[in-house]
Amino acid sequence: MLEFLQQLINGLALGSIYALIALGYTMVYGVLRFINFAHSDVFMVGAFCGYYASKVGSRFLASGTVTAAIVVFLMSMVVCALLGILIERLAYRPLRERSKLTVLITAIGVSLLMEFTGQLVFGADPKSFRLLPSKNLQIFGGLVFNTNQVVVLGVTVLLLVVLQMIVLKTKMGTAMRAVSYNHRAAALMGINIDVVISFTFGLGSALAAAAGILYAISYPSIDPLMGVMPGLKAFVAAVLGGVGSIPGAAIGGVLIGIIETLVSGYVSSTYRDAIAFGVLILILLFKPTGLLGQPTVEKV
Amino acid sequence: MLEIKNLVVSYGSIVALHDVSLNVVAGEIVTLIGGNGAGKTSALKAISGLVAPSPGSIRFQGEDITRLKAHQIVKRGLCHVPEGRMIFANLTVAENLDMGAYLRTDAVEKRATLQYVFSLFPRLKERAQQIAGTLSGGEQQMLAIGRALMSKPKFLMLDEPSLGIAPLLVKTIFEKIVEINREQGITILLVEQNANLALEISMRGYVLETGRILLHDHSPALRRNPEVRKAYLGGG
Ligand SMILES: Nc1ncnc2c1ncn2[C@@H]1O[C@H](COP(=O)(O)OP(=O)(O)O)[C@@H](O)[C@H]1O
Ligand SMILES: [Mg+2]
Repeated sequence: MLEFLQQLINGLALGSIYALIALGYTMVYGVLRFINFAHSDVFMVGAFCGYYASKVGSRFLASGTVTAAIVVFLMSMVVCALLGILIERLAYRPLRERSKLTVLITAIGVSLLMEFTGQLVFGADPKSFRLLPSKNLQIFGGLVFNTNQVVVLGVTVLLLVVLQMIVLKTKMGTAMRAVSYNHRAAALMGINIDVVISFTFGLGSALAAAAGILYAISYPSIDPLMGVMPGLKAFVAAVLGGVGSIPGAAIGGVLIGIIETLVSGYVSSTYRDAIAFGVLILILLFKPTGLLGQPTVEKV
Repeated sequence: MLEIKNLVVSYGSIVALHDVSLNVVAGEIVTLIGGNGAGKTSALKAISGLVAPSPGSIRFQGEDITRLKAHQIVKRGLCHVPEGRMIFANLTVAENLDMGAYLRTDAVEKRATLQYVFSLFPRLKERAQQIAGTLSGGEQQMLAIGRALMSKPKFLMLDEPSLGIAPLLVKTIFEKIVEINREQGITILLVEQNANLALEISMRGYVLETGRILLHDHSPALRRNPEVRKAYLGGG
Protein backbone atom coordinates (compact mmCIF):
# COMPACT_ATOMS: atom_id res chain seq x y z
CA MET A 1 0.00 0.00 0.00
CA LEU A 2 2.77 2.38 1.00
CA GLU A 3 4.62 1.45 -2.14
CA PHE A 4 1.53 2.14 -4.19
CA LEU A 5 1.00 5.57 -2.62
CA GLN A 6 4.65 6.36 -3.22
CA GLN A 7 4.27 5.46 -6.90
CA LEU A 8 1.17 7.58 -7.05
CA ILE A 9 3.04 10.60 -5.71
CA ASN A 10 5.85 10.07 -8.21
CA GLY A 11 3.35 9.62 -11.01
CA LEU A 12 1.51 12.77 -10.02
CA ALA A 13 4.72 14.79 -10.19
CA LEU A 14 5.65 13.39 -13.58
CA GLY A 15 2.06 13.79 -14.79
CA SER A 16 2.06 17.46 -13.78
CA ILE A 17 4.90 18.08 -16.18
CA TYR A 18 3.07 16.24 -18.97
CA ALA A 19 -0.05 18.22 -18.16
CA LEU A 20 1.71 21.57 -18.51
CA ILE A 21 3.09 20.57 -21.91
CA ALA A 22 -0.20 19.04 -23.03
CA LEU A 23 -2.00 22.34 -22.37
CA GLY A 24 0.05 24.02 -25.09
CA TYR A 25 -0.80 21.32 -27.62
CA THR A 26 -4.47 21.50 -26.79
CA MET A 27 -4.78 25.30 -26.77
CA VAL A 28 -3.06 25.66 -30.11
CA TYR A 29 -5.17 22.84 -31.50
CA GLY A 30 -8.20 24.75 -30.21
CA VAL A 31 -7.50 27.90 -32.18
CA LEU A 32 -5.77 26.48 -35.26
CA ARG A 33 -6.82 22.81 -35.44
CA PHE A 34 -3.34 21.45 -35.84
CA ILE A 35 -0.75 19.81 -33.61
CA ASN A 36 2.27 22.03 -33.13
CA PHE A 37 5.01 19.43 -33.02
CA ALA A 38 7.60 22.10 -32.31
CA HIS A 39 5.98 22.60 -28.92
CA SER A 40 8.12 19.89 -27.31
CA ASP A 41 11.21 21.82 -28.34
CA VAL A 42 9.91 24.99 -26.75
CA PHE A 43 9.80 22.85 -23.60
CA MET A 44 13.48 22.01 -24.16
CA VAL A 45 14.39 25.66 -24.75
CA GLY A 46 12.51 26.47 -21.54
CA ALA A 47 14.79 24.13 -19.61
CA PHE A 48 17.89 25.67 -21.17
CA CYS A 49 16.67 29.20 -20.53
CA GLY A 50 16.26 28.14 -16.92
CA TYR A 51 19.80 26.75 -16.94
CA TYR A 52 21.32 29.94 -18.31
CA ALA A 53 19.10 32.22 -16.26
CA SER A 54 20.17 30.49 -13.07
CA LYS A 55 23.82 30.81 -14.10
CA VAL A 56 23.55 34.48 -14.90
CA GLY A 57 21.21 35.09 -11.99
CA SER A 58 23.66 33.60 -9.50
CA ARG A 59 25.86 36.64 -10.04
CA PHE A 60 23.15 38.96 -8.83
CA LEU A 61 21.00 36.88 -6.55
CA ALA A 62 21.91 34.34 -3.91
CA SER A 63 21.29 31.07 -5.73
CA GLY A 64 19.11 28.47 -4.16
CA THR A 65 16.69 31.04 -2.79
CA VAL A 66 13.01 31.21 -3.62
CA THR A 67 13.44 34.67 -5.13
CA ALA A 68 16.11 33.40 -7.48
CA ALA A 69 13.91 30.47 -8.45
CA ILE A 70 10.97 32.76 -9.24
CA VAL A 71 13.19 34.99 -11.37
CA VAL A 72 14.46 31.95 -13.28
CA PHE A 73 10.92 30.76 -13.92
CA LEU A 74 9.71 34.16 -15.07
CA MET A 75 12.65 34.79 -17.37
CA SER A 76 12.36 31.43 -19.03
CA MET A 77 8.60 31.76 -19.42
CA VAL A 78 8.87 35.20 -21.00
CA VAL A 79 11.62 34.12 -23.42
CA CYS A 80 9.65 31.04 -24.47
CA ALA A 81 6.41 32.98 -24.83
CA LEU A 82 8.19 35.27 -27.28
CA LEU A 83 9.75 32.27 -29.02
CA GLY A 84 6.34 30.63 -29.41
CA ILE A 85 4.85 33.83 -30.81
CA LEU A 86 7.78 34.14 -33.21
CA ILE A 87 7.44 30.55 -34.45
CA GLU A 88 3.75 31.08 -35.22
CA ARG A 89 4.41 34.41 -36.89
CA LEU A 90 7.23 33.16 -39.12
CA ALA A 91 6.39 29.52 -39.80
CA TYR A 92 2.66 28.98 -39.42
CA ARG A 93 0.90 32.25 -40.19
CA PRO A 94 1.99 32.37 -43.84
CA LEU A 95 0.42 28.92 -44.21
CA ARG A 96 -2.88 29.80 -42.50
CA GLU A 97 -4.96 29.14 -45.62
CA ARG A 98 -3.02 26.06 -46.68
CA SER A 99 -3.93 22.45 -45.97
CA LYS A 100 -3.41 21.14 -42.46
CA LEU A 101 -0.91 18.63 -43.79
CA THR A 102 1.34 21.43 -45.05
CA VAL A 103 1.29 23.05 -41.63
CA LEU A 104 1.91 19.75 -39.89
CA ILE A 105 4.97 19.01 -42.00
CA THR A 106 6.22 22.54 -41.38
CA ALA A 107 5.81 21.97 -37.63
CA ILE A 108 7.94 18.85 -37.84
CA GLY A 109 10.51 20.88 -39.79
CA VAL A 110 10.54 23.61 -37.14
CA SER A 111 10.94 20.94 -34.48
CA LEU A 112 13.98 19.42 -36.19
CA LEU A 113 15.42 22.87 -36.79
CA MET A 114 15.15 23.68 -33.09
CA GLU A 115 16.66 20.37 -32.01
CA PHE A 116 19.69 20.79 -34.21
CA THR A 117 20.08 24.48 -33.50
CA GLY A 118 19.87 23.51 -29.84
CA GLN A 119 22.77 21.10 -30.27
CA LEU A 120 24.78 23.83 -31.97
CA VAL A 121 24.01 26.56 -29.48
CA PHE A 122 23.70 24.69 -26.19
CA GLY A 123 26.02 21.80 -27.09
CA ALA A 124 24.94 18.20 -27.35
CA ASP A 125 26.35 17.21 -23.96
CA PRO A 126 23.90 16.88 -21.06
CA LYS A 127 23.85 19.66 -18.48
CA SER A 128 22.31 19.85 -15.08
CA PHE A 129 21.25 22.57 -12.73
CA ARG A 130 19.69 22.87 -9.33
CA LEU A 131 17.20 25.54 -8.56
CA LEU A 132 16.51 24.92 -4.91
CA PRO A 133 18.29 22.63 -2.47
CA SER A 134 16.40 19.37 -2.51
CA LYS A 135 15.80 17.04 0.34
CA ASN A 136 13.48 14.19 1.13
CA LEU A 137 10.59 14.79 3.46
CA GLN A 138 9.18 11.86 5.40
CA ILE A 139 5.47 12.03 5.88
CA PHE A 140 3.03 9.58 7.41
CA GLY A 141 5.14 6.58 8.23
CA GLY A 142 7.59 6.13 5.44
CA LEU A 143 6.01 8.01 2.53
CA VAL A 144 8.70 10.13 0.92
CA PHE A 145 8.13 13.48 -0.71
CA ASN A 146 11.10 15.09 -2.35
CA THR A 147 11.06 18.89 -2.03
CA ASN A 148 11.44 19.07 -5.80
CA GLN A 149 8.21 17.13 -6.16
CA VAL A 150 6.54 19.64 -3.87
CA VAL A 151 7.82 22.41 -6.16
CA VAL A 152 6.57 20.55 -9.23
CA LEU A 153 3.09 20.04 -7.79
CA GLY A 154 2.91 23.53 -6.29
CA VAL A 155 3.98 25.33 -9.47
CA THR A 156 1.67 23.18 -11.58
CA VAL A 157 -1.37 23.84 -9.41
CA LEU A 158 -0.58 27.55 -9.34
CA LEU A 159 -0.21 27.72 -13.11
CA LEU A 160 -3.40 25.72 -13.67
CA VAL A 161 -5.33 28.12 -11.46
CA VAL A 162 -3.89 31.15 -13.23
CA LEU A 163 -4.59 29.61 -16.61
CA GLN A 164 -8.15 28.80 -15.64
CA MET A 165 -8.67 32.41 -14.53
CA ILE A 166 -7.26 33.74 -17.78
CA VAL A 167 -9.34 31.42 -19.94
CA LEU A 168 -12.60 31.75 -18.06
CA LYS A 169 -12.56 35.25 -16.62
CA THR A 170 -10.66 37.56 -18.93
CA LYS A 171 -11.73 39.09 -22.21
CA MET A 172 -8.72 37.61 -24.00
CA GLY A 173 -9.55 34.18 -22.58
CA THR A 174 -13.15 34.42 -23.74
CA ALA A 175 -11.90 35.57 -27.13
CA MET A 176 -9.65 32.49 -27.24
CA ARG A 177 -12.65 30.27 -26.68
CA ALA A 178 -14.63 32.21 -29.28
CA VAL A 179 -11.82 31.84 -31.84
CA SER A 180 -11.60 28.13 -30.99
CA TYR A 181 -15.25 27.80 -31.84
CA ASN A 182 -15.29 29.76 -35.09
CA HIS A 183 -12.74 32.12 -36.61
CA ARG A 184 -15.16 33.93 -38.85
CA ALA A 185 -17.75 34.57 -36.19
CA ALA A 186 -14.98 35.84 -33.92
CA ALA A 187 -13.71 38.19 -36.62
CA LEU A 188 -17.24 39.54 -37.03
CA MET A 189 -17.17 40.55 -33.36
CA GLY A 190 -14.17 42.75 -34.05
CA ILE A 191 -11.73 40.23 -32.60
CA ASN A 192 -8.32 40.37 -34.26
CA ILE A 193 -7.74 36.65 -34.82
CA ASP A 194 -3.99 37.07 -35.28
CA VAL A 195 -3.61 38.69 -31.88
CA VAL A 196 -5.60 35.93 -30.18
CA ILE A 197 -3.54 33.24 -31.91
CA SER A 198 -0.29 34.94 -30.89
CA PHE A 199 -1.57 35.16 -27.33
CA THR A 200 -2.42 31.45 -27.37
CA PHE A 201 1.05 30.51 -28.59
CA GLY A 202 2.61 32.76 -25.96
CA LEU A 203 0.53 31.30 -23.18
CA GLY A 204 1.13 27.67 -24.19
CA SER A 205 4.86 28.27 -24.64
CA ALA A 206 5.17 29.92 -21.23
CA LEU A 207 3.59 26.83 -19.67
CA ALA A 208 5.98 24.59 -21.63
CA ALA A 209 8.90 26.66 -20.34
CA ALA A 210 7.76 26.16 -16.75
CA ALA A 211 7.41 22.45 -17.49
CA GLY A 212 10.96 22.44 -18.88
CA ILE A 213 12.36 23.84 -15.65
CA LEU A 214 10.30 21.46 -13.54
CA TYR A 215 11.61 18.59 -15.63
CA ALA A 216 15.17 19.84 -15.27
CA ILE A 217 14.99 19.91 -11.48
CA SER A 218 13.37 16.46 -11.32
CA TYR A 219 15.80 14.63 -13.59
CA PRO A 220 19.57 14.44 -13.59
CA SER A 221 20.25 16.36 -16.79
CA ILE A 222 18.95 18.28 -19.77
CA ASP A 223 19.99 18.08 -23.40
CA PRO A 224 18.70 19.42 -26.74
CA LEU A 225 16.75 16.23 -27.50
CA MET A 226 15.12 16.03 -24.08
CA GLY A 227 11.78 17.28 -25.46
CA VAL A 228 11.11 14.36 -27.75
CA MET A 229 9.77 11.75 -25.33
CA PRO A 230 7.94 14.04 -22.89
CA GLY A 231 6.54 15.86 -25.93
CA LEU A 232 5.09 12.64 -27.33
CA LYS A 233 3.69 11.63 -23.93
CA ALA A 234 2.12 15.05 -23.51
CA PHE A 235 0.64 14.75 -26.99
CA VAL A 236 -0.87 11.40 -25.96
CA ALA A 237 -2.13 13.10 -22.80
CA ALA A 238 -3.82 15.83 -24.84
CA VAL A 239 -5.49 13.22 -27.04
CA LEU A 240 -6.50 11.17 -24.01
CA GLY A 241 -8.10 14.21 -22.38
CA GLY A 242 -9.77 15.23 -25.63
CA VAL A 243 -7.64 17.49 -27.78
CA GLY A 244 -8.93 21.05 -27.56
CA SER A 245 -10.14 20.61 -23.99
CA ILE A 246 -8.11 22.44 -21.36
CA PRO A 247 -9.26 20.44 -18.31
CA GLY A 248 -8.89 17.35 -20.50
CA ALA A 249 -5.21 18.09 -21.12
CA ALA A 250 -4.56 18.53 -17.41
CA ILE A 251 -6.33 15.31 -16.48
CA GLY A 252 -4.79 13.42 -19.40
CA GLY A 253 -1.29 14.53 -18.37
CA VAL A 254 -1.74 13.39 -14.80
CA LEU A 255 -3.22 10.06 -15.92
CA ILE A 256 -0.38 9.35 -18.33
CA GLY A 257 2.18 10.21 -15.63
CA ILE A 258 0.52 7.90 -13.14
CA ILE A 259 0.05 5.05 -15.61
CA GLU A 260 3.66 5.32 -16.68
CA THR A 261 4.98 5.30 -13.11
CA LEU A 262 2.79 2.40 -12.07
CA VAL A 263 3.82 0.37 -15.10
CA SER A 264 7.51 0.93 -14.47
CA GLY A 265 7.04 0.21 -10.77
CA TYR A 266 4.96 -2.94 -11.03
CA VAL A 267 5.51 -4.34 -14.50
CA SER A 268 8.74 -3.28 -16.10
CA SER A 269 10.27 0.02 -17.02
CA THR A 270 10.96 -1.41 -20.47
CA TYR A 271 7.23 -1.25 -21.20
CA ARG A 272 6.83 2.24 -19.80
CA ASP A 273 6.85 4.05 -23.12
CA ALA A 274 5.06 1.32 -24.99
CA ILE A 275 2.15 1.64 -22.58
CA ALA A 276 1.72 5.35 -23.27
CA PHE A 277 1.44 4.71 -26.97
CA GLY A 278 -0.78 1.72 -26.34
CA VAL A 279 -3.10 4.13 -24.56
CA LEU A 280 -3.04 6.39 -27.63
CA ILE A 281 -4.03 3.52 -29.91
CA LEU A 282 -6.81 2.46 -27.56
CA ILE A 283 -8.28 5.97 -27.40
CA LEU A 284 -8.11 6.39 -31.14
CA LEU A 285 -9.91 3.07 -31.52
CA PHE A 286 -12.59 3.42 -28.86
CA LYS A 287 -13.03 7.08 -27.99
CA PRO A 288 -11.39 9.29 -30.59
CA THR A 289 -12.76 12.43 -28.94
CA GLY A 290 -10.94 11.62 -25.69
CA LEU A 291 -12.27 11.80 -22.15
CA LEU A 292 -13.57 15.38 -22.21
CA GLY A 293 -13.46 16.16 -25.92
CA GLN A 294 -16.36 17.40 -27.96
CA PRO A 295 -17.00 15.96 -31.37
CA THR A 296 -15.40 18.48 -33.73
CA VAL A 297 -17.72 21.16 -34.93
CA GLU A 298 -17.41 21.59 -38.64
CA LYS A 299 -16.36 25.15 -39.36
CA VAL A 300 -18.27 27.12 -41.92
CA MET B 1 -24.14 55.38 -46.19
CA LEU B 2 -23.04 52.21 -47.97
CA GLU B 3 -22.08 52.38 -51.63
CA ILE B 4 -21.06 49.31 -53.57
CA LYS B 5 -19.74 49.63 -57.07
CA ASN B 6 -19.05 46.88 -59.60
CA LEU B 7 -18.50 44.22 -57.00
CA VAL B 8 -17.21 40.85 -58.19
CA VAL B 9 -16.75 37.91 -55.85
CA SER B 10 -15.32 34.60 -56.94
CA TYR B 11 -14.28 31.40 -55.24
CA GLY B 12 -11.58 29.94 -57.42
CA SER B 13 -13.23 29.55 -60.79
CA ILE B 14 -16.78 29.95 -59.46
CA VAL B 15 -17.99 33.51 -59.88
CA ALA B 16 -20.63 34.19 -57.23
CA LEU B 17 -21.22 37.89 -57.94
CA HIS B 18 -20.87 39.67 -61.27
CA ASP B 19 -20.61 43.42 -61.26
CA VAL B 20 -23.03 44.20 -58.45
CA SER B 21 -23.72 47.80 -57.51
CA LEU B 22 -26.03 48.86 -54.75
CA ASN B 23 -26.38 51.56 -52.15
CA VAL B 24 -28.06 52.02 -48.82
CA VAL B 25 -28.96 55.40 -47.39
CA ALA B 26 -28.73 56.11 -43.64
CA GLY B 27 -31.92 55.18 -41.79
CA GLU B 28 -33.24 52.77 -44.41
CA ILE B 29 -34.15 49.12 -44.30
CA VAL B 30 -33.05 47.72 -47.64
CA THR B 31 -33.55 44.12 -48.60
CA LEU B 32 -31.64 41.88 -50.95
CA ILE B 33 -33.78 38.99 -52.12
CA GLY B 34 -33.02 36.09 -54.38
CA GLY B 35 -33.12 32.31 -54.55
CA ASN B 36 -30.70 29.83 -53.14
CA GLY B 37 -27.20 30.33 -54.55
CA ALA B 38 -28.00 33.76 -56.00
CA GLY B 39 -24.99 35.26 -54.24
CA LYS B 40 -26.67 37.09 -51.35
CA THR B 41 -24.39 35.68 -48.67
CA SER B 42 -21.33 36.33 -50.81
CA ALA B 43 -22.33 39.98 -51.10
CA LEU B 44 -22.58 40.36 -47.33
CA LYS B 45 -19.32 38.51 -46.78
CA ALA B 46 -17.55 40.85 -49.16
CA ILE B 47 -18.95 43.88 -47.35
CA SER B 48 -17.95 42.65 -43.91
CA GLY B 49 -14.48 41.59 -45.03
CA LEU B 50 -14.89 37.82 -44.79
CA VAL B 51 -14.05 37.39 -48.46
CA ALA B 52 -11.96 39.72 -50.60
CA PRO B 53 -13.78 41.15 -53.63
CA SER B 54 -11.96 41.35 -56.92
CA PRO B 55 -12.53 43.84 -58.35
CA GLY B 56 -15.05 46.30 -56.95
CA SER B 57 -15.26 49.02 -54.37
CA ILE B 58 -17.15 49.25 -51.10
CA ARG B 59 -17.50 52.59 -49.36
CA PHE B 60 -18.95 53.00 -45.91
CA GLN B 61 -19.70 56.53 -44.68
CA GLY B 62 -17.48 57.89 -47.41
CA GLU B 63 -14.52 55.68 -46.48
CA ASP B 64 -13.18 52.97 -48.78
CA ILE B 65 -13.39 49.75 -46.75
CA THR B 66 -12.81 47.33 -49.63
CA ARG B 67 -9.44 46.12 -48.36
CA LEU B 68 -10.04 46.29 -44.62
CA LYS B 69 -10.05 43.15 -42.48
CA ALA B 70 -13.26 41.97 -40.87
CA HIS B 71 -12.34 43.15 -37.38
CA GLN B 72 -11.45 46.61 -38.67
CA ILE B 73 -14.80 46.93 -40.41
CA VAL B 74 -16.70 46.14 -37.20
CA LYS B 75 -14.82 49.00 -35.58
CA ARG B 76 -16.31 51.36 -38.18
CA GLY B 77 -19.82 50.48 -36.97
CA LEU B 78 -20.79 47.95 -39.62
CA CYS B 79 -21.90 44.67 -38.13
CA HIS B 80 -22.84 41.43 -39.89
CA VAL B 81 -25.19 38.82 -38.42
CA PRO B 82 -24.11 35.84 -40.51
CA GLU B 83 -26.19 33.15 -42.13
CA GLY B 84 -26.69 30.23 -39.77
CA ARG B 85 -26.26 32.65 -36.83
CA MET B 86 -22.78 31.42 -35.88
CA ILE B 87 -23.28 32.02 -32.19
CA PHE B 88 -20.50 30.68 -29.97
CA ALA B 89 -22.19 27.47 -28.90
CA ASN B 90 -19.46 26.74 -26.35
CA LEU B 91 -19.90 30.04 -24.50
CA THR B 92 -22.75 31.19 -22.28
CA VAL B 93 -25.35 33.62 -23.56
CA ALA B 94 -23.79 36.37 -21.42
CA GLU B 95 -20.31 35.62 -22.77
CA ASN B 96 -21.63 35.72 -26.33
CA LEU B 97 -23.08 39.17 -25.70
CA ASP B 98 -19.82 40.23 -24.11
CA MET B 99 -17.91 39.15 -27.21
CA GLY B 100 -20.28 41.29 -29.26
CA ALA B 101 -19.00 44.28 -27.29
CA TYR B 102 -15.37 43.16 -27.72
CA LEU B 103 -14.17 46.49 -29.08
CA ARG B 104 -15.98 48.65 -26.54
CA THR B 105 -14.23 50.11 -23.55
CA ASP B 106 -17.06 52.24 -22.14
CA ALA B 107 -18.21 49.96 -19.31
CA VAL B 108 -21.17 52.10 -18.28
CA GLU B 109 -22.61 52.52 -21.74
CA LYS B 110 -21.97 48.88 -22.45
CA ARG B 111 -24.21 47.96 -19.54
CA ALA B 112 -26.90 50.25 -20.93
CA THR B 113 -26.70 48.47 -24.30
CA LEU B 114 -26.99 45.13 -22.50
CA GLN B 115 -30.13 46.34 -20.75
CA TYR B 116 -31.51 47.41 -24.12
CA VAL B 117 -30.77 44.01 -25.66
CA PHE B 118 -32.44 42.30 -22.69
CA SER B 119 -35.48 44.54 -23.04
CA LEU B 120 -35.66 43.70 -26.73
CA PHE B 121 -35.25 39.95 -26.13
CA PRO B 122 -36.26 39.15 -22.52
CA ARG B 123 -35.64 35.47 -23.30
CA LEU B 124 -31.91 36.18 -23.42
CA LYS B 125 -31.96 37.64 -19.94
CA GLU B 126 -33.66 34.53 -18.56
CA ARG B 127 -31.05 32.35 -20.20
CA ALA B 128 -28.00 34.56 -19.66
CA GLN B 129 -25.99 31.92 -17.82
CA GLN B 130 -26.98 29.08 -20.11
CA ILE B 131 -24.56 27.61 -22.67
CA ALA B 132 -25.63 29.16 -25.98
CA GLY B 133 -25.55 25.82 -27.80
CA THR B 134 -28.59 24.70 -25.77
CA LEU B 135 -30.84 27.50 -27.09
CA SER B 136 -33.55 26.86 -29.66
CA GLY B 137 -33.06 28.12 -33.21
CA GLY B 138 -35.19 31.20 -32.61
CA GLU B 139 -33.39 32.04 -29.39
CA GLN B 140 -30.06 31.62 -31.13
CA GLN B 141 -31.18 34.11 -33.76
CA MET B 142 -32.16 36.55 -31.01
CA LEU B 143 -28.73 36.03 -29.48
CA ALA B 144 -27.01 36.61 -32.82
CA ILE B 145 -28.89 39.89 -33.29
CA GLY B 146 -28.39 40.89 -29.65
CA ARG B 147 -24.69 40.11 -29.88
CA ALA B 148 -24.39 42.32 -32.96
CA LEU B 149 -26.24 45.16 -31.21
CA MET B 150 -23.73 44.96 -28.37
CA SER B 151 -21.15 46.47 -30.71
CA LYS B 152 -23.41 49.53 -31.01
CA PRO B 153 -23.47 49.38 -34.79
CA LYS B 154 -24.61 52.14 -37.11
CA PHE B 155 -25.30 49.64 -39.82
CA LEU B 156 -26.55 46.10 -39.41
CA MET B 157 -26.52 43.36 -42.05
CA LEU B 158 -28.75 40.37 -41.42
CA ASP B 159 -28.37 37.18 -43.45
CA GLU B 160 -31.59 35.17 -43.54
CA PRO B 161 -32.76 35.71 -39.97
CA SER B 162 -35.87 33.62 -40.69
CA LEU B 163 -33.94 30.51 -41.70
CA GLY B 164 -34.92 27.41 -39.76
CA ILE B 165 -37.05 29.23 -37.20
CA ALA B 166 -40.60 28.55 -36.01
CA PRO B 167 -43.05 30.86 -37.87
CA LEU B 168 -44.28 32.52 -34.69
CA LEU B 169 -40.76 33.53 -33.73
CA VAL B 170 -40.04 34.76 -37.25
CA LYS B 171 -42.80 37.30 -36.80
CA THR B 172 -41.35 38.46 -33.48
CA ILE B 173 -37.87 38.75 -34.92
CA PHE B 174 -39.03 40.81 -37.88
CA GLU B 175 -40.94 43.13 -35.56
CA LYS B 176 -37.77 43.60 -33.57
CA ILE B 177 -35.80 44.38 -36.71
CA VAL B 178 -38.24 47.19 -37.49
CA GLU B 179 -38.01 48.38 -33.88
CA ILE B 180 -34.20 48.44 -33.99
CA ASN B 181 -34.33 50.49 -37.16
CA ARG B 182 -36.95 52.97 -35.91
CA GLU B 183 -35.92 53.42 -32.32
CA GLN B 184 -32.15 53.12 -32.54
CA GLY B 185 -31.80 54.66 -35.98
CA ILE B 186 -29.72 51.70 -37.13
CA THR B 187 -29.58 51.28 -40.89
CA ILE B 188 -30.35 47.74 -42.03
CA LEU B 189 -29.46 45.59 -45.01
CA LEU B 190 -31.61 42.49 -44.84
CA VAL B 191 -30.94 39.39 -46.92
CA GLU B 192 -33.88 37.02 -47.21
CA GLN B 193 -35.27 34.13 -49.16
CA ASN B 194 -38.58 34.87 -47.50
CA ALA B 195 -39.26 37.75 -49.91
CA ASN B 196 -42.79 38.35 -48.68
CA LEU B 197 -41.72 39.28 -45.20
CA ALA B 198 -38.62 41.14 -46.28
CA LEU B 199 -40.51 43.36 -48.72
CA GLU B 200 -43.14 44.04 -46.09
CA ILE B 201 -40.73 45.65 -43.64
CA SER B 202 -38.21 47.19 -46.05
CA MET B 203 -38.31 50.48 -47.91
CA ARG B 204 -36.38 49.40 -50.96
CA GLY B 205 -35.29 46.09 -52.38
CA TYR B 206 -32.79 44.59 -54.80
CA VAL B 207 -33.47 41.33 -56.59
CA LEU B 208 -30.37 39.20 -57.13
CA GLU B 209 -30.31 36.33 -59.60
CA THR B 210 -27.27 34.16 -60.35
CA GLY B 211 -24.88 36.82 -59.17
CA ARG B 212 -26.46 39.79 -60.94
CA ILE B 213 -28.84 42.52 -59.79
CA LEU B 214 -31.97 41.87 -61.83
CA LEU B 215 -33.93 44.88 -60.63
CA HIS B 216 -34.28 47.29 -57.76
CA ASP B 217 -37.16 49.45 -56.69
CA HIS B 218 -39.20 50.60 -53.73
CA SER B 219 -40.49 47.59 -51.87
CA PRO B 220 -44.23 48.21 -52.49
CA ALA B 221 -43.49 48.43 -56.20
CA LEU B 222 -41.49 45.20 -56.10
CA ARG B 223 -44.39 43.50 -54.36
CA ARG B 224 -46.66 44.47 -57.23
CA ASN B 225 -44.13 43.55 -59.91
CA PRO B 226 -45.48 40.50 -61.77
CA GLU B 227 -42.03 39.04 -62.33
CA VAL B 228 -41.18 39.24 -58.65
CA ARG B 229 -44.58 37.88 -57.64
CA LYS B 230 -44.10 34.92 -59.90
CA ALA B 231 -40.53 34.10 -58.94
CA TYR B 232 -40.37 35.01 -55.28
CA LEU B 233 -43.76 35.62 -53.79
CA GLY B 234 -45.37 32.37 -54.83
CA GLY B 235 -48.16 34.08 -56.74
CA GLY B 236 -49.17 34.98 -60.31
N1 LIG C 1 -16.88 29.04 -50.02
C1 LIG C 1 -17.36 28.81 -51.27
N2 LIG C 1 -16.61 28.14 -52.16
C2 LIG C 1 -17.06 27.93 -53.41
N3 LIG C 1 -18.23 28.34 -53.87
C3 LIG C 1 -19.03 29.02 -53.05
C4 LIG C 1 -18.63 29.30 -51.69
N4 LIG C 1 -19.63 29.99 -51.10
C5 LIG C 1 -20.58 30.14 -52.03
N5 LIG C 1 -20.24 29.57 -53.21
C6 LIG C 1 -21.02 29.58 -54.45
O1 LIG C 1 -21.32 30.91 -54.77
C7 LIG C 1 -22.66 31.02 -55.21
C8 LIG C 1 -23.41 32.01 -54.36
O2 LIG C 1 -23.55 31.49 -53.05
P1 LIG C 1 -24.14 32.33 -51.85
O3 LIG C 1 -23.51 33.66 -51.84
O4 LIG C 1 -24.05 31.51 -50.63
O5 LIG C 1 -25.67 32.49 -52.28
P2 LIG C 1 -26.98 32.72 -51.42
O6 LIG C 1 -26.60 33.29 -50.11
O7 LIG C 1 -27.77 33.68 -52.25
O8 LIG C 1 -27.67 31.41 -51.29
C9 LIG C 1 -23.23 29.62 -55.20
O9 LIG C 1 -23.13 29.11 -56.50
C10 LIG C 1 -22.34 28.87 -54.26
O10 LIG C 1 -22.27 27.53 -54.63
MG1 LIG D 1 -27.01 32.58 -48.29
